[in-house]
Amino acid sequence: MKERLQAIKDQALAQINSSDTLEKLNEIRVNILGKKGELTSVLKSLKDVAPEDRPAVGQLVNDARAAIEEVLDAKKKEYEAKLREAKLKAETIDVTLPAKKPMLGHRHPNTIALEEVERIFVGMGYEVIEGPEVEYDYYNFEALNIPANHPAKDEQDTFYINSNIVLRTQTSSVQVHEMEKGKLPIRMIAPGRVYRSDEVDATHSPSFHQIEGLVIDKNVTFADLKGTLAEFVKELFGSETKVKFRPHHFPFTEPSAEMDVSCFKCGGSGCRFCKGSGWIEILGCGMVHPNVLKMSGIDPEEYTGFAFGVGLERIALLKYEIDDMRLLYENDTRFLKQF
Amino acid sequence: MNTPLSWIKAYVPELDCTAQEYTDAMTLTGTKVEGFERLDAGLDKIVVGKILKIERHPDATKLIVCEVQIGKDGETTQIVTGAPNVKEGDIIPVVLDGGRVACNHDGEKVAGGVKIKKGKLRGIESNGMMCSIDELGSSREFYPEAPENGVYVFNANPEYDGIEIGSDAVEALGLRDVTFEYEITSNRVDCFGVTGIAREAAATFGKKFVPPIIKETGNSENASDYISVEVKDADLCKRYVGRVVKNVKIGPSPLWMQRRLSACGIRPINNLVDITNYVMEEMAQPMHAYNLDDIAGKKIIVRRANDGEEFVTLDGMTRKVDSSVLMICDAEKAVGIAGIMGGENSKVTDDVNTILLEAACFDGTNIRLSSKKVGLRTDASGKFEKGLDPNNAIIAMNRACQLIEELGAGEVVGGCVDIYPEVKEEGRVKFSYERTNKVLGTSLDKETMISYFKAIDLGYDYDTDEVIVPTWRQDVNLQADLDEEVARFFGYENIPTTLPSGQATAGKLSFKLRMEGFARDLAEQFGFSEAQTYSFESPKVFDKLLLSADDQLRNTVVISNPLGEDYSVMRTLPLNGMLSSLSTNYNRRNKDVRLYELANVYIPGESKDVLPDERMQFTLGFYGAGDFFDLKGVVEEFFEKIGMKGITTYDPKAGKNFLHPGRQANIVYEGTVIGYLGEVHPEVLDNYNIGDRAYVAVLDMPEIVARANFDLKYTGIAKYPAVSRDISMVMTKDILAGQVEEVIRKNAGKILESYKLFDVYEGAQIKEGYKSMAYNITFRAADRTLEEADITNAMTKILNGLSALGIELRQ
Repeated sequence: MKERLQAIKDQALAQINSSDTLEKLNEIRVNILGKKGELTSVLKSLKDVAPEDRPAVGQLVNDARAAIEEVLDAKKKEYEAKLREAKLKAETIDVTLPAKKPMLGHRHPNTIALEEVERIFVGMGYEVIEGPEVEYDYYNFEALNIPANHPAKDEQDTFYINSNIVLRTQTSSVQVHEMEKGKLPIRMIAPGRVYRSDEVDATHSPSFHQIEGLVIDKNVTFADLKGTLAEFVKELFGSETKVKFRPHHFPFTEPSAEMDVSCFKCGGSGCRFCKGSGWIEILGCGMVHPNVLKMSGIDPEEYTGFAFGVGLERIALLKYEIDDMRLLYENDTRFLKQF
Repeated sequence: MNTPLSWIKAYVPELDCTAQEYTDAMTLTGTKVEGFERLDAGLDKIVVGKILKIERHPDATKLIVCEVQIGKDGETTQIVTGAPNVKEGDIIPVVLDGGRVACNHDGEKVAGGVKIKKGKLRGIESNGMMCSIDELGSSREFYPEAPENGVYVFNANPEYDGIEIGSDAVEALGLRDVTFEYEITSNRVDCFGVTGIAREAAATFGKKFVPPIIKETGNSENASDYISVEVKDADLCKRYVGRVVKNVKIGPSPLWMQRRLSACGIRPINNLVDITNYVMEEMAQPMHAYNLDDIAGKKIIVRRANDGEEFVTLDGMTRKVDSSVLMICDAEKAVGIAGIMGGENSKVTDDVNTILLEAACFDGTNIRLSSKKVGLRTDASGKFEKGLDPNNAIIAMNRACQLIEELGAGEVVGGCVDIYPEVKEEGRVKFSYERTNKVLGTSLDKETMISYFKAIDLGYDYDTDEVIVPTWRQDVNLQADLDEEVARFFGYENIPTTLPSGQATAGKLSFKLRMEGFARDLAEQFGFSEAQTYSFESPKVFDKLLLSADDQLRNTVVISNPLGEDYSVMRTLPLNGMLSSLSTNYNRRNKDVRLYELANVYIPGESKDVLPDERMQFTLGFYGAGDFFDLKGVVEEFFEKIGMKGITTYDPKAGKNFLHPGRQANIVYEGTVIGYLGEVHPEVLDNYNIGDRAYVAVLDMPEIVARANFDLKYTGIAKYPAVSRDISMVMTKDILAGQVEEVIRKNAGKILESYKLFDVYEGAQIKEGYKSMAYNITFRAADRTLEEADITNAMTKILNGLSALGIELRQ
């Protein structure tokens, strides 16, 4: 019996070693370990062995089986590894072939710029507020210290619906709505469309966007205005950006200023982009005029504030180096896809 | 507004700065300099020369050979010229070898100038060039004494007698100067004149301001014996000053005056016109001269025009005026439109003998409105409309008369007629330096601030702590105005930079804005790019969109003063913008274009006096790859993303004329129409020149925002198995999938989990007029395994519901 087992084992190992495919290996397994296999038949003949010898012989059979299985499995793994390797090799692709891109849409550059501005101011604790585009004359002018027949009304080339209702010429009108709510302090920005009767050309459009900012609290200073706007442009145009404030005149702020930023193209040394000056005019701002506070029911003795207004298109054109404003409203996908 | 540096320096003699320094410093104190121009740009090595001898050129009939003295000690050189106007003894500008002139031979200005080198002209050596006024960078417009053709000749004008040979010719012609262009804000009327700017310059540079000394002149007669003035509308004419000049001698004004006017861009005409222009530039007070012989009754009446009146202004044009326009009249007729332009009927001509000079102060608003109404804006009206200082009128008048005497342009009659019922007094503004520091965030002392005020001639009353404001500074009325004066002379750049302290606030976007952000994200995920289009359009677009004549969308908010019909009404639906943008892309051959826009439509209110309802619309549109159902998918994904988990149904009876009649639907969310979608009607496609099928969807964002919901709750993953059944049905073609689904939803009971259409078929195996549809219906209970009876029960109810619609099971 023992010899027979040894013989089966030797034969099996020889067959396994000389096998060359997974199928052959499987055949060998069936022939030896299968239901009708040689080793199985030895196990079946165990009933002929004397009962006292059966445990020892059974142990021998199991040992032989284990030894064969071990070699079979090792061989199988070897073959599988080879097969996988071959398969992987065959599946090699040209990774430089073109990508299959999902068709994704693109945000309008105005929106990208706006969201950037919103992100900066929301981070500084500002609420984003909206107001009507078709607006009462009172909110667009009078409450902003621009009484009837004020020259500034002409300067802004207003579209009128009737004598009381206009297309707002500035998002400053939203300030007034917010102040009238009577909830202080205020930190807000108000983005939106504004309208002025300018003919369409490379730098003008009768409809464009502004972002108005307003802060009202006790002890708000001109120094705070400078600091806030300097932070803003550094976030927007890069930390190297320098600012310059120049006196200016707006009816609804006093003192008023225009702010320039150092040219982000040349860094301030002067180039074609900034017309050689090293500076680019970016926004108007100032301390809220006491008359404006008073008209909206805020005591200018107790509260002060600052306001600023920036043209969204101006930021988008500068930031993305777009040379013609008309591109923003044509919606040619070859333009939009660049953003 | 332009001023030459030389004129500013005349009133700030200590001023010593470069043009760039002036530009920067003035801008930082609030007088914004937009730019400057050097009058001597491109000019180099140009001296005053004298032609000693002229000989004919041996080989050219049109050329002459000149011996020209170019140094005061007798140094000469030889120049060949073709100039037709020179003779021996003439004193002319000469550019020497290696020098530069401003223009090329064609009279075009060249940046940096044109270099002149010695050379031979037809074999004869020439060491330079004699210059015309154009070659010196100017023109006869501004140098009327220059000859029409040929080189400038100094000795033609006695004012150049004694000019030194060899000296700088550019300097002699007043071209060693810089002119600055300013942006003067409307509140600083005083800076519309040279003296105002000079005052600012003196304060900016810490130098002394020395304004011209003005004296009242005149003979022993009295102007009131020559003229009387009556102002009928005192509200529109705050002051009227008249003076008389007799024995007027019209002639050229002196060169110094001509040069100053030229540098400001004003053409010299004659002494009288030049003087009034000069005073307007210097004092920012427009003036007008009338021929007194033309003034009937020797009386001036200032009154409103009659409605429908016509008037011929001195430019020969007939102007229509009405009772809102103020006129200057004599006893019989109008002689000028107040503050805008004088009349042809009283124009000063060269043979004038006696003139009436007018310096008035009119109501700024009225002049501005009149100027618009008459359609005529002049230098004078541009100044008057800002609202001038009435106290300046008499000063300017006396300045003009002083110049008339000095220039010998006439004999000034003594006294003046001055109608000034309400004298404007200087202002007083209570000042607190602590308040200024508090607003600016500075810690300046009081005396420093007061020194800033004094530098611009604002006084200070220590007893009352009031700033005394001269009448020319009508913009200074409040403490806040004084804060600005301190800020600009302390320097905006010197004010500290801090961030607001105080109570913290939460930064946030409104729910509406967040929803719009979701809409953008979703549209872009599906390949739609964001468009922006104008909010106003032509009423003709309603025809392009096939709206019926009585469609309420034709009721629009109308702009009363539009840029043109194309921009005249506020849109009531967003499709014109979308289809126009698709058309632009289609006609530029862009493929598979998908666009979206988030923008308002404007629905008029109940009456004209209320604001319209501004409704944000989420509009999607595309042509190329995709169809109706792709767009429907985008809409449904959007709803899912923003938590609109209710039932959305589609009503094909949307009634949109601009959409394909068989391919349109209202989007109905839980019973409310919140938008529509469909294929664009082929006729509309033609109107927009789009040669492909296009699809649009419009969602009314206020309805969406009201229904969006981010209140998410976890419901547990199903523990019990699902059971599903397929049913295949035959029905008439007019039955909609939506109707079948409604039956399934209503009859399947609580155990319905989902249903899915998996086949629609029309054709050979189905009888004419019918179609088949097959649904897979899935049932599941959350708390138990379903039994056969549950399913049978539900299916029976569904089948009963279907047969009520005439739907049969397919055999």
